[in-house]
Amino acid sequence: MTGGPLLASTLDLLAFSPPGWGATLLVALSKSIMIAIGAFALGLLIGVGGAYGKLYGSPVTRDLLGIYTTVVRAVPELVLILILYFAFTSSLNNLLLAWGFERVQISGFVAGIVVLGVVQGAYATEVLRGAILSVPSGQIEAARAMGMPPLMLAWRVTFPQMLAAAIPGLANLWLIATKDTALLAVVGYAELTLVTRQAASTTKAFFTFFMAAGVLYLVISILSTILFAKAEAWARRGQVRPGSG
Amino acid sequence: MAAVAVLLVIWCATSLNWTWLASEKYHSLILRGIWTTCWLLVVTMVLGMLLAIPLGLAQAAGPWWLAMPARAFCGLVRGTPLLLQLWLLYYGLGSLFPSIPWIRESDLWPILRQAWPYAVLALTLSVAGYEGEVMRGAFKGVPHGQLEAAKAMGMPRFTIFRRIWLPQAIQRVLPTLGGETVLTLKATPLVATITVVDIYAVSSRIRQDTFVVYEPLLLLAVVYMAIAGLIVLLFRWLENRVPQKTA
Repeated sequence: MTGGPLLASTLDLLAFSPPGWGATLLVALSKSIMIAIGAFALGLLIGVGGAYGKLYGSPVTRDLLGIYTTVVRAVPELVLILILYFAFTSSLNNLLLAWGFERVQISGFVAGIVVLGVVQGAYATEVLRGAILSVPSGQIEAARAMGMPPLMLAWRVTFPQMLAAAIPGLANLWLIATKDTALLAVVGYAELTLVTRQAASTTKAFFTFFMAAGVLYLVISILSTILFAKAEAWARRGQVRPGSG
Repeated sequence: MAAVAVLLVIWCATSLNWTWLASEKYHSLILRGIWTTCWLLVVTMVLGMLLAIPLGLAQAAGPWWLAMPARAFCGLVRGTPLLLQLWLLYYGLGSLFPSIPWIRESDLWPILRQAWPYAVLALTLSVAGYEGEVMRGAFKGVPHGQLEAAKAMGMPRFTIFRRIWLPQAIQRVLPTLGGETVLTLKATPLVATITVVDIYAVSSRIRQDTFVVYEPLLLLAVVYMAIAGLIVLLFRWLENRVPQKTA
């Protein structure tokens, strides 16, 4: 096996025009990224609500949130995705039927976002809860004493200060979100991993395609790491660095 | 919390269909699945840790030509989805092997034709990648003065590693190791996608046999939570056995 023809055939396989699979892979990559962004955003929303509920909610709210975070964190993602994928689509349709609406076909895209978002939400709840607790309680009390309404307090005091503590955890969650999109391949959604497998089994070039997909995932993760490091530096602006004061 | 949990259990027991659980056929299948999940977890954790120690040491104290590849390996493992790694090894490597004559004709070939070696390999590399990073931190955390003192006393390098560096690093890494074991447990069902019959594959089979959708998945969730609980207990016990502060 010489280097020349092997490289040429690899480039042919990954070419952007139709006999090559490059364009198909990139479309699949963009779907993966969009699902990851959607799931991360939904997870953040659930996480903010969950963290506030766990810290300041009624005992029943706390119990329910406790069960949610414990169960999601103890059960494998693949199993959760399967349960939620079935449960979400069928129970939404049952609800719609019960209210006298038509049954809808839920796209794999929306289902993927909701399912991964629910998983992300449980982890985000814990990350944000810890971050909120790291805000000095005196500052919150001072803001309350000055008569700040709760929303303004959250927006002006809690959020900006907890951000620096939350960003490393959130960066981890984002990386998990990008990698968890691969699990949607198992329920049959055509994201990067499944499309890669289809390309590989059509051309029999298994190694080439899986390596190519690996490189794509790696690029996302390296870029994300750089961006999150910048974001953390930004969130920590004005803070005293350990060892400098 | 307890009241809500009890209500949930009562609801699960009464309003769902558990009749299939009575069938003898599924008992042995379920036990076999649990067994596969458990040995897979234990084997990959042990092998992964054995790999993680040199990976961590290379990054913490090795020369650059050892540290760089170790860093790159950890980055590769952590930057790509495990499912992709698993498929790369099973379909990719698995399709390359038959074309290499000395592998096809060796005694290992009957083993390499099965799915489980690829599952063990993928999970082991994954554990090594994540744990290698943790071990790097643990090795760096051992106070430098101790190493210098040992060197000054004329201890050989390997003895320094075995008697001073490694024990303290392991001690530091124990709490994270428990978490990593649970994470690995939660990664094991992926091996079902390459035809290894673990507890997840068993539940899928029951679902296909009986057309009962949620109940086998719920059983699965309970099994995973039970194993995760056992792991947590085991590590709590281990942490109490290992003396905490030496520095």
